[in-house]
Amino acid sequence: MKRLTWLVPALYILFLMVPIYWLVNMSFKTTNEILGAFTLWPENFTFDNYAKIFTDPTWYNGYLNSIIYVTINTVISVTAALPAAYAFSRYRFVGDKHLFFWLLTNRMAPPAVFALPFFQLYSAIGLFDTHIAVALSHCLFNIPLAVWILEGFMSGVPKEIDETAYVDGYSFPKFFAKIFMPLIASGIGVTAFFCFMFSWVELLLAKTLTSVAAKPIAAVMTRTASTSGYELGLLAAAGALTIIPGAVVIYFVRNYIAKGFALGRV
Amino acid sequence: MARIHLDGVAHSYLAAPQGPQDFAVKRLDHVWEDGGAYALLGPSGCGKTTLLNIISGLITPSQGHLLFDGADVTALPTAARNIAQVFQFPVIYDTMTVGENLAFPLRNRHVAGAEVAKRVAEVAQMLDLAPILKKKARGLTADVKQKISLGRGLVRPDVAAILFDEPLTVIDPHLKWMLRSKLKELHRQLKLTMIYVTHDQTEALTFADKVVVMYEGEVVQIGTPEELFERPAHTFVGYFIGSPGMNVAPVQVEGNRARLANLEAGGQQISLGRAYPGIAAGARTELGIRPEYVRIGRNGAGLSARVVKVDDVGRYRIVRVDIAGHIFNAITAEEARIDGDRVNVLLDPANIHIYADSRRVEGEPSRAGAA
Amino acid sequence: MDKSWNNKGWFMVLPVLLLVAFNAIVPLMTVVNYSVQETFGDNVFFFHGVGWFEDVMHSERFHDALGRQLAFTGIILLIQVPLGVAIALAMPRKGVWVSVCLVLMALPLLIPWNVVGAIWNILSLPDIGLLGHWLRDLGFDYNYTRHPFDAWFTLILMDVWHWTSLVVLLAYAGLISIPDAYYQAAKIDGASRLAVFRYIQLPKMKRVLTIAILLRFMDSFMIYTEPAVLTGGGPGNSTTLLSIDLVKIALGQFDLGPAAAMSIIYFLIVLFLSWIFYTLMMRNEAQS
Repeated sequence: MKRLTWLVPALYILFLMVPIYWLVNMSFKTTNEILGAFTLWPENFTFDNYAKIFTDPTWYNGYLNSIIYVTINTVISVTAALPAAYAFSRYRFVGDKHLFFWLLTNRMAPPAVFALPFFQLYSAIGLFDTHIAVALSHCLFNIPLAVWILEGFMSGVPKEIDETAYVDGYSFPKFFAKIFMPLIASGIGVTAFFCFMFSWVELLLAKTLTSVAAKPIAAVMTRTASTSGYELGLLAAAGALTIIPGAVVIYFVRNYIAKGFALGRV
Repeated sequence: MARIHLDGVAHSYLAAPQGPQDFAVKRLDHVWEDGGAYALLGPSGCGKTTLLNIISGLITPSQGHLLFDGADVTALPTAARNIAQVFQFPVIYDTMTVGENLAFPLRNRHVAGAEVAKRVAEVAQMLDLAPILKKKARGLTADVKQKISLGRGLVRPDVAAILFDEPLTVIDPHLKWMLRSKLKELHRQLKLTMIYVTHDQTEALTFADKVVVMYEGEVVQIGTPEELFERPAHTFVGYFIGSPGMNVAPVQVEGNRARLANLEAGGQQISLGRAYPGIAAGARTELGIRPEYVRIGRNGAGLSARVVKVDDVGRYRIVRVDIAGHIFNAITAEEARIDGDRVNVLLDPANIHIYADSRRVEGEPSRAGAA
Repeated sequence: MDKSWNNKGWFMVLPVLLLVAFNAIVPLMTVVNYSVQETFGDNVFFFHGVGWFEDVMHSERFHDALGRQLAFTGIILLIQVPLGVAIALAMPRKGVWVSVCLVLMALPLLIPWNVVGAIWNILSLPDIGLLGHWLRDLGFDYNYTRHPFDAWFTLILMDVWHWTSLVVLLAYAGLISIPDAYYQAAKIDGASRLAVFRYIQLPKMKRVLTIAILLRFMDSFMIYTEPAVLTGGGPGNSTTLLSIDLVKIALGQFDLGPAAAMSIIYFLIVLFLSWIFYTLMMRNEAQS
């Protein structure tokens, strides 16, 4: 019986891969073939859909926009979270527990609740349709997550190390940069991974806050589906391409996936 | 009760071992007598945990057979082997009370309820756990948890041997000796075979009647603590036991005299207590002598040496000397005066051991007047 | 950790505080504002008291959406948690396959949510989608754009496909943190497979499982994009979950008052239930 336990994860992974395969399959077909016949493998294998995406600015700008604001958000979130997490980890100050809990509640905020208010807020300050707007709005749930994860990793580093550094004459910034950060490097990696992940996958806010200049790929896809008829092949190709950044990121952090989750702080 | 016989047992973690270096435990034939208290002593990585796991059945040896009272148990799973094992850190079932923890092995073997209660009460009594039987096992201190682990082993009436894998590692130092005494007491009381793995010589020498010393997968000596101390069969044993360990230096041996390597021919010679005519040519010969038997003198006799360092350890002093490039430790009385940095060192011939390729050579009684 | 009292901590927390407060407090104030006001247009507002709240609480539309939402969250929790744990238990602990498994399993988690919806949309199209085609081949009259049951079936299948891996990864992390000695001791104690699960694995996984359940509860309660792209809330409004309904009212109809009131009630429900989980979690941690 024990020999067969590998079947369970194998079947599950098969289940996960089939829809992705179907998407890729469709991306290499012409719309005619998709709508006309049902084939498991493209009869008329075509790169047309991908060609369109790589040549049409509307499409490839969509990807660029998404990557831009995701990167901006990750950088902002991690940078802001580092000192805050340190403070939560090492210090007690007035209202610290309440502040921490309040931060976490923002992770529980339904984006739907914030869609309209964000639209009005960011329009009011003139940031509508900019990358920075989306990046900032994602801070709502990414920063609490970043603080939570980083605090967990930092608490694993004994306070004695800080004290030794001060005794040795390090100033705080120097200590933080040269001694502390290398010690929590894997924590920073895990945090950046999750910030990237939750910002990359989010659609509602990204779509609400942009129209043309900073339109993310997700918005481009949904607009295509509704306006110029059902260009399924194109849609499939666009979707398939969005999987790649995620796959790349996972590959790079594959050794930390288990460890990072093991912190149990996600 | 069990007489445990390891018959040609060897183990490699690799699927296709190429040579002796691929074996975690090299071929060994050994009998652990019924009711004996053994210590398995050695540095980290020497194979002692592997050997313990072979005995308990968590590992099946690549070669050889394991016999309990003559019956071949090599293929028997752990649960069927009537052994108990206590691990490095306490392993208890968090969700159960102390009593339920102790009862667990019996419940799994479908023992009747009344019998279970009786055994649990007996074992709890032995280990001073009776007052806390109803408490949740989770919040207790490490030493109590280790006792519970031990109790789970003792509670089985058929248990033949108890294996300990460095069980005092996480215990507070001031509680270690209490647990050690308890273990010895239990051994006297129950007369079970007990095998205690450790890298701490104090634990080994105080617990065991016989100590098995392992080094790099091999058993290098088996003996009582006295034997290990006075007649180390392997340079490693000499070095590992005692604090500081035995002094070892390469020498050339002729008959019943030895000369420290790199001393000029005709230079100072060391008188040996025995003669060693039969040492194989090409073997690496070494001399071993414990610091307790290295005397510092000043009146001209003995080898000339330079004092490197003097450590005052309280009751005695450890003097490090350099004899023609070889470092020796000597133990002297607290009051002994060391003037200047040149002293004379006497090596007590009766306690000099000669080693060829790290193994002790027995030699023969030297005939008086032999050159 | 022995923390020292240091109010300088506030300076270090300031950037985070500003960024989150800007995104949280200002919009929330707007929402609260709208929830208690009424307008006839032209930006003229007047105080409406708790009128909108009453309307929402009594509205059948809200009750329906809430009911659907609770049903959805309940169903997926019942499927994803045991399934995730079972898969984690069956996964190899050591060796080269571990990395491969983890990477492949994590893939659905990093796909943009609209693409997830699109994948399942395409997959389930009655004749040209793989799933739709096969189900109809098997004799089912499957059409998720027409039959509410089919829509729900597809929706749940999609969420299971999308998020179970999160539970698997968390449960797996909990499992591999159990030292070998526990399993060895269990062997020596003669424990059965079931006993090992009940007394060793499950207790040690309790913490990560609580986090997994909390996360899945929260995220499924707030779900918007995937069902929006898959069914748009249809057929009819059979799959209109809370977020979808809210966005329809807020961004679609621009009914600011009711939308705002509903937002607050929605947020409070999520907060309340999450707070319960969080407290349970903290209490559990304090105990062990």
